[in-house]
Amino acid sequence: MEGFIALYIFMLAAFTGYEVISKVPTILHTPLMSGSNFVHGIVLVGAMVALGHADTMAEQIIGFIAVLLGAGNAVGGYVVTERMLEMFKSTKENG
Amino acid sequence: MDNNIFSVELAHWLIQASYFIAAILFIYGLKKMSHPRTARSGIIWAGVGMVVATLITYLEPAMHNYLLMTTAIGVGGIIAWWSGRRVAMTDMPQMIALYNGMGGGSAAAIAAVELLRVLNGAGLTHEAFAARELAVVGALIGTIAFSGSLIAFAKLQGIMRKVYRFPGQQIVNALLFVALIGLGFMLARTEFSSTEFYLFFGLALLVGVLMTVPIGGADMPVVISLYNALTGLAVGLEGFVLQNPAMMIAGIVVGSAGTLLTQLMARAMNRPISNVLFSGFGTGDDGGEGMEISGSMKAINASDAAITMAYAEKVIIIPGYGMAVAQAQHKIWELVKLLIEKGVKVSFAIHPVAGRMPGHMNVLLAEAGVPYDLIYDLEDINSQFPTTDVALVIGANDVVNPAARKDKSSPIYGMPILDADKARNVVIIKRGQGTGFSGIENLLFFEENTRMCYGDAQDVAQKLIAGVKAV
Repeated sequence: MEGFIALYIFMLAAFTGYEVISKVPTILHTPLMSGSNFVHGIVLVGAMVALGHADTMAEQIIGFIAVLLGAGNAVGGYVVTERMLEMFKSTKENG
Repeated sequence: MDNNIFSVELAHWLIQASYFIAAILFIYGLKKMSHPRTARSGIIWAGVGMVVATLITYLEPAMHNYLLMTTAIGVGGIIAWWSGRRVAMTDMPQMIALYNGMGGGSAAAIAAVELLRVLNGAGLTHEAFAARELAVVGALIGTIAFSGSLIAFAKLQGIMRKVYRFPGQQIVNALLFVALIGLGFMLARTEFSSTEFYLFFGLALLVGVLMTVPIGGADMPVVISLYNALTGLAVGLEGFVLQNPAMMIAGIVVGSAGTLLTQLMARAMNRPISNVLFSGFGTGDDGGEGMEISGSMKAINASDAAITMAYAEKVIIIPGYGMAVAQAQHKIWELVKLLIEKGVKVSFAIHPVAGRMPGHMNVLLAEAGVPYDLIYDLEDINSQFPTTDVALVIGANDVVNPAARKDKSSPIYGMPILDADKARNVVIIKRGQGTGFSGIENLLFFEENTRMCYGDAQDVAQKLIAGVKAV
């Protein structure tokens, strides 16, 4: 059953991703790609767990790299997405 | 003792609740990011989710190496923050590629740590359903996304300009891939040695590089989007390995959203994804023969073009990558404001693949201060061209080439285009007389109602502004 629960999560998450994106105007494609790039920065959490359980030197080095890269993904992804979306204004807001 | 059990259970509950909230915030944030008015709040909500998930992970039981962990977060975060703040808007696509590569690398490194634990006899962190198999698949996908994204970054950044191809490259790639599947099977199912471990990751890195080096700059957006989806998938798979619901959901959501986005981009370019990956288009060396061209190009100077626009009722502006390269968007917006003051109805028409990525042109126009309600997509504006007095094309080429409608032998036949040729007058701002990145002659340039205004987009825009002011 455990494997099936994993499959259900996989299936529902896949449909969610498809639905969330399917109604997006072209104008937001690049910011949205950047935004989804930020969201998979959640890999940082897994990297922390992996490093947190690392025992040997090799595991610690690779775990350290995992956390370093994961943090780069999350923070960099946030900064560039935020900078892009900051600029979206309508005529009214421009005054 | 009781107290201790209670606090362990409380920590477990807090962690699970926080991951649940983070997953909701990610999906809610992505949903908000899909509308221009709410997009800004979307990224902030997703950001809150990320902070919550990261902080609560410190409470995970039985962990050590906290100092290393915090140092890595600090160093990686500060470097990414600094580089993300200072990069120019035109360079955004390669930064997305770079940060995406980091994510793929991180997912692959997680898998590497898990597999090293197996190698050392400690066993996986969590013995979950098919965990070792999923770790290997995630490692393969993540490593390819890592090295592939770095090459994409190098190409767009101009570090690597050449397109590298050698005969039999596809066969070499296929053989490498078969070898990887064999090695992957050994890592997932047998008692492997460190040789197989290193060979697996080394070959996966190589495949990512070899897959990306033959692809030309024009196709890079599709490739980056594909690697973005692959990284999402790899993160999701490693989430199953670590039994971490936030990673599973966020990763898989991005994996499927990214796949759809890649399809949308490829469709807008009228190129199946398999063509992008395997045919080497976008390298400029397969310009088709095309139709016989009748007529000649007719030039116009900037002041005449300015007068035509100032007395027009309706003007549509079609920006392309040439405008971005010349950094002319600020000048163009100045010009548009002058025209609007004179009572001209001005709108911007954006082709889905204008710029380097779908939506990239919108970002550049937004940076210049153009309100998004003046900007229209292809489907919304194409019916407007027959009633338009002037279509001003700035540094765009293939996306307005009527060959896509008329010439069955053209490589771009069937690609949706902006029907600029249907406007009463067409003014083209262009650096020189050459063809676009695809190397295809543009029939629009030879039409009776088309005038060419040669020069750097920024200089021409400056002259147009002066011309409109003088009217």
